[in-house]
Amino acid sequence: MDLSFSKEETAFRDEVRTFFRESLDPAVRKKLQEGHHTSKEDLVNWQRTLNKKGWAVPHWPVEYGGTGWSAAKQYIFLEELQKTPAPPPLPFGVNMVGPVIYTFGNEQQKKHFLPRIANMDDWWCQGFSEPGSGSDLASLKTTAKKKGDTYIVNGQKTWTTLAQHADWIFCLCRTDPDAKKQSGISFILIDMKSKGITRRPIQTIDGGVEVNEVFFDDVVVPAENLVGEENKGWDYAKFLLGNERVNIARVGMSKERIRRIKELASSVMSGDKPLIEDPQFRQKLAATEIELKALELTQMRVVAAEGKHGKGKPDPASSILKIKGSEIQQTLTELLLEVTGPFALPFMPEGEGQNEEGDWASPIAPTYFNYRKVSIYGGSNEIQRNIIAKAVLGL
Amino acid sequence: MDFDLSEEQRLLKDSVDGLLKSSYEFEARKKYRAEKGGWSRDVWGTFAEQGLLGLPFSEDDGGFGAGPIETMIVMEALGRNLVVEPYLDTVVLGGGFLRRGSAEQRAAHLPGIIDGSKTLAFAQLEKNSRYDLGDVTTSAKKSGSGYVLSGEKFVVGHGDTADTLIVTARTAGGQRDAKGVGVFLVPGNAKGVDIKGYETQDGSRAADIKLNNVEVGADAVIGNAEDGLSVVNQVVDDARIALCAEAVGAMEEALKISVEYIKERKQFGVAIGSFQALQHRAADMFTALETARSMSYLASMASSFTDLDERTKTVAAAKVQIGRSARFVGQGGVQLHGGVGVTMEYKIGHYFKRLTMIEQQFGDADYHLRRVAQAGGITE
Repeated sequence: MDLSFSKEETAFRDEVRTFFRESLDPAVRKKLQEGHHTSKEDLVNWQRTLNKKGWAVPHWPVEYGGTGWSAAKQYIFLEELQKTPAPPPLPFGVNMVGPVIYTFGNEQQKKHFLPRIANMDDWWCQGFSEPGSGSDLASLKTTAKKKGDTYIVNGQKTWTTLAQHADWIFCLCRTDPDAKKQSGISFILIDMKSKGITRRPIQTIDGGVEVNEVFFDDVVVPAENLVGEENKGWDYAKFLLGNERVNIARVGMSKERIRRIKELASSVMSGDKPLIEDPQFRQKLAATEIELKALELTQMRVVAAEGKHGKGKPDPASSILKIKGSEIQQTLTELLLEVTGPFALPFMPEGEGQNEEGDWASPIAPTYFNYRKVSIYGGSNEIQRNIIAKAVLGL
Repeated sequence: MDFDLSEEQRLLKDSVDGLLKSSYEFEARKKYRAEKGGWSRDVWGTFAEQGLLGLPFSEDDGGFGAGPIETMIVMEALGRNLVVEPYLDTVVLGGGFLRRGSAEQRAAHLPGIIDGSKTLAFAQLEKNSRYDLGDVTTSAKKSGSGYVLSGEKFVVGHGDTADTLIVTARTAGGQRDAKGVGVFLVPGNAKGVDIKGYETQDGSRAADIKLNNVEVGADAVIGNAEDGLSVVNQVVDDARIALCAEAVGAMEEALKISVEYIKERKQFGVAIGSFQALQHRAADMFTALETARSMSYLASMASSFTDLDERTKTVAAAKVQIGRSARFVGQGGVQLHGGVGVTMEYKIGHYFKRLTMIEQQFGDADYHLRRVAQAGGITE
């Protein structure tokens, strides 16, 4: 048992850290530190910077552009990325559809899509959830009917993150209406420019537009856009969702938030002392830091086991990472809110001036509101408890 | 980065588990507790035979030169089986002080610990000291080349059966001064030592001890008689690390038997484990256990940190996590069992009690949280 990183891993961490700090636009870094939204351009530029360096898709197989790094190095890379903080890779391409394409897609699909994902020539979004299908995803109703060498797609997807920027959507569609729930679903790639697609933004409680509804009205999709076999889409979706949990703990990001909380609480006054010297506040923060440390170690255990015993099925214990990771992220947004005090109140839409305390305060309440999502998405925390109960405890 | 046990460590784990499986059934434990002194000399003898009592001592001292991971393995197993024998008091605490003692002290005491013929106890707690190790009023007055000790110590684990007491006493300074605390070896049967033993809530033993002008020689002092607090802090941190591991073992077993129970217990015609309300409680207990295990690993690693501030802070953080997890798993285990959970007949209540008492030993979660907060947190 040895919890420290090797010399080589430490050197790697320094290399990654230096590269991130030197090559990221300081204005983008500042936006992330202060909790402002990043633009499409910010994300695309950063992804292309990583791609130039050969680090766009480190976790992919080497033949498709991956780096062949060990599990520990992958972990260090993401941790440093979040700690910088740099824009996190848009998951829909590099973490979701990319691995599905290189695992189940045909040669033509791999050749065409994978390099474009790595360079973010295409912006991808995810067409899974529907108004009637949330945690019960397999109840989805969107249909794709075979007609000649095309599919005709009809239905509605929802919670489609950043669909407003998207060039492509990967969809789960029902291709066999007579089959039972999970069977009869196919995984289809659809060009967002297709005739018959309508996007409607959904405003979230923070005032932002992150998610959308996407409507499909007799959309004609070439049959060659089917991934893998028809009616096997559920298997591919399960594979995709398994990958989703891997980095869901966001330990690096939470460390950066703690740094930010300490920085702000050192300048905000409470009585005649900075807030950071208030014992009650300090204890609350320390309690969260301890939980984060426990989460970090737990994540390292999962990573180390993966490195040693190979990446098989996702470890059901990784549901802990989702539950604790999301709870800690939420607690930290709560602590930031506390730091802000009464200056949390003014509502300043992005880019429309500043409130009295300056620009640092305005995104804090919205971020707190927005972060209620983290215990809901990616399999709600209640679903994660079901997974632990069934897959780990055998209940 | 590697969380796996080495081949030797795995063998140790298998042998301790095997030993306790055959000797420490729930019914057997009751029998051991009823023996004179409240624990079993026979079990202790098998610990000695298997080398468990000599683990942390150097080979020169007749031990096995094992590290903190080996102690963790043993403590987890003791926790899983609710072992009441004085391992923490004798090997971790007593042994911890002696490892830092002189060659003569090691030669005089370690062979008896290692072969199982002698046990130790750590007499530290005072009426008003609570968790502050430096709060010491028991006095050690210089007398000739030796010292005379006077004062009262409380809740000394296995103090009524110990051959040797390790006593903290003040040689100089005021009640809470960091300077002026000494550590003394005192024979349990020394003149002026008055020991009143009793059972503890978790089925173990402790004693209140009066020291009435107890005379000891200069050779009774471990380290510097005027400046021993740093050694006390280190040894007690090792005890906290061991308690973290014991708690992890106890939580693991508490969760296991609770899950088994709700799979079997039927109400409304089905196993109650099929109800989501109970499943989610069990899932949260699993999360509490695994986060505690992670911090227990970290604490064991911290045992070999050379930066003492970092060591102390890390152990404190681990004790916070363990305290909170232990409370949640202990209470949850009883709740999942329902009515039988609050009976002496069922094991779960005994795990709950041990987990509760671990929280009360050497600092509870609030105490250690304050320490972590005062140190500025633990995020690098």
